[in-house]
Amino acid sequence: MEQIIREKIKQVKKGDQAAYSEIVDFYQHRIFQHCYRMLGNIHEAEDIAQEAFIRAYVNMDSFDESKKFSTWLYRIATNLTIDRIRKRKPDYFLDAEIKGSEGLNMYSQLSSSEPLPSEEVESIELQRYIHKEISELPPKYRSIMILRYLEEFSLQEISGILDIPLGTVKTRIHRGREALRKRLRHV
Amino acid sequence: MIAHKEEIELMHKYLDGDLREEEEEELRKHLEFCEECQNHFHELKRTITLIQSSESVRAPSDFTNHVMSRLPKEKNGMKYKRWFKRHPIVTAAAIFFIFMLSGMFTQWNQDGELVVSKQENLIVQGDTVIVPEGVVVDDNLVVKNGNLIVKGTIDGDVTIINGKLIEEEAVSGESLMASVGEINGEINSVDRMFEWLWYQAKTLFEKVFSLE
Ligand SMILES: [Zn+2]
Repeated sequence: MEQIIREKIKQVKKGDQAAYSEIVDFYQHRIFQHCYRMLGNIHEAEDIAQEAFIRAYVNMDSFDESKKFSTWLYRIATNLTIDRIRKRKPDYFLDAEIKGSEGLNMYSQLSSSEPLPSEEVESIELQRYIHKEISELPPKYRSIMILRYLEEFSLQEISGILDIPLGTVKTRIHRGREALRKRLRHV
Repeated sequence: MIAHKEEIELMHKYLDGDLREEEEEELRKHLEFCEECQNHFHELKRTITLIQSSESVRAPSDFTNHVMSRLPKEKNGMKYKRWFKRHPIVTAAAIFFIFMLSGMFTQWNQDGELVVSKQENLIVQGDTVIVPEGVVVDDNLVVKNGNLIVKGTIDGDVTIINGKLIEEEAVSGESLMASVGEINGEINSVDRMFEWLWYQAKTLFEKVFSLE
């Protein structure tokens, strides 16, 4: 598929607009879903996802074909969602919140820390709740948690998508996990 | 939690697949007696499982169309070229029609004279064009309303319209006539009006498509 996309990109660069529709077809669900997860709102997600594909088309000449197109596309989409979030409400700082964490008093065994049985997480209500908790994270943590755990990119790929050093990705993913751990521990 | 900061750091390294063997051993030993850390570790893993169960959505069915309709207009040339490629029969018919309008038929009917695309070094004998022995035509050759005999060499394509390539030995006047030379390109023989038009259309086609 990667090869077909490369071909289509070449055609688009030559000026063949119709070839772009196949690129949009191929990535639409992933990009839309990414925007939805970032924004938590279907209408905004559609608007921003469309905008991401239009930006990618308009700037296609600046796309370096030796790189992965999906990485580039995710970067455009992520930046647009973060811009949108910033315009929506003021940021708050996750760092402060983590430092003020309280003690723990629950009990568990190392052996019992396997993944949950699927029925436990099946309910739609729970899914919505989790989604809401994720979408309340500050955008710079949210994007990493989504890319890592919902879209299953490697830390190295995330560093490429967000154009930040690998060490920063790791620091943020640690903080993101801690923040969500606190939000989801009573679920 | 602050007290077990290092162990928590190790948990995160574990979750990122960055834990070295001795660090893993260190963490394991600590977890054996520290309930607080056991619990923390369990919650982190559970958090990941919960995140991964978050609902999934798909783009609306008209998503691609919406994107395509919002793109800036492309250059005109491309649009026509693609249209031609998608509708070859319509294109052929259109070209045919243009030729009709431009008076191809009358031209065909009136114009019975022998025409050669290139005269240099060639012999014209009545209605026959001869490429003499030793002569090399390095271009395409078109002969209209006449026959062709090749004794020399033609490196390009040969098109004979309303005539033929004489391959069999034949007596013309006193000399023995036959094509014993070499044609390195394609040979097209067109001897009916429709074929002539088709040939023209095809040539135009190739010009349109070779623009790429
Ligand atoms: Zn501990």
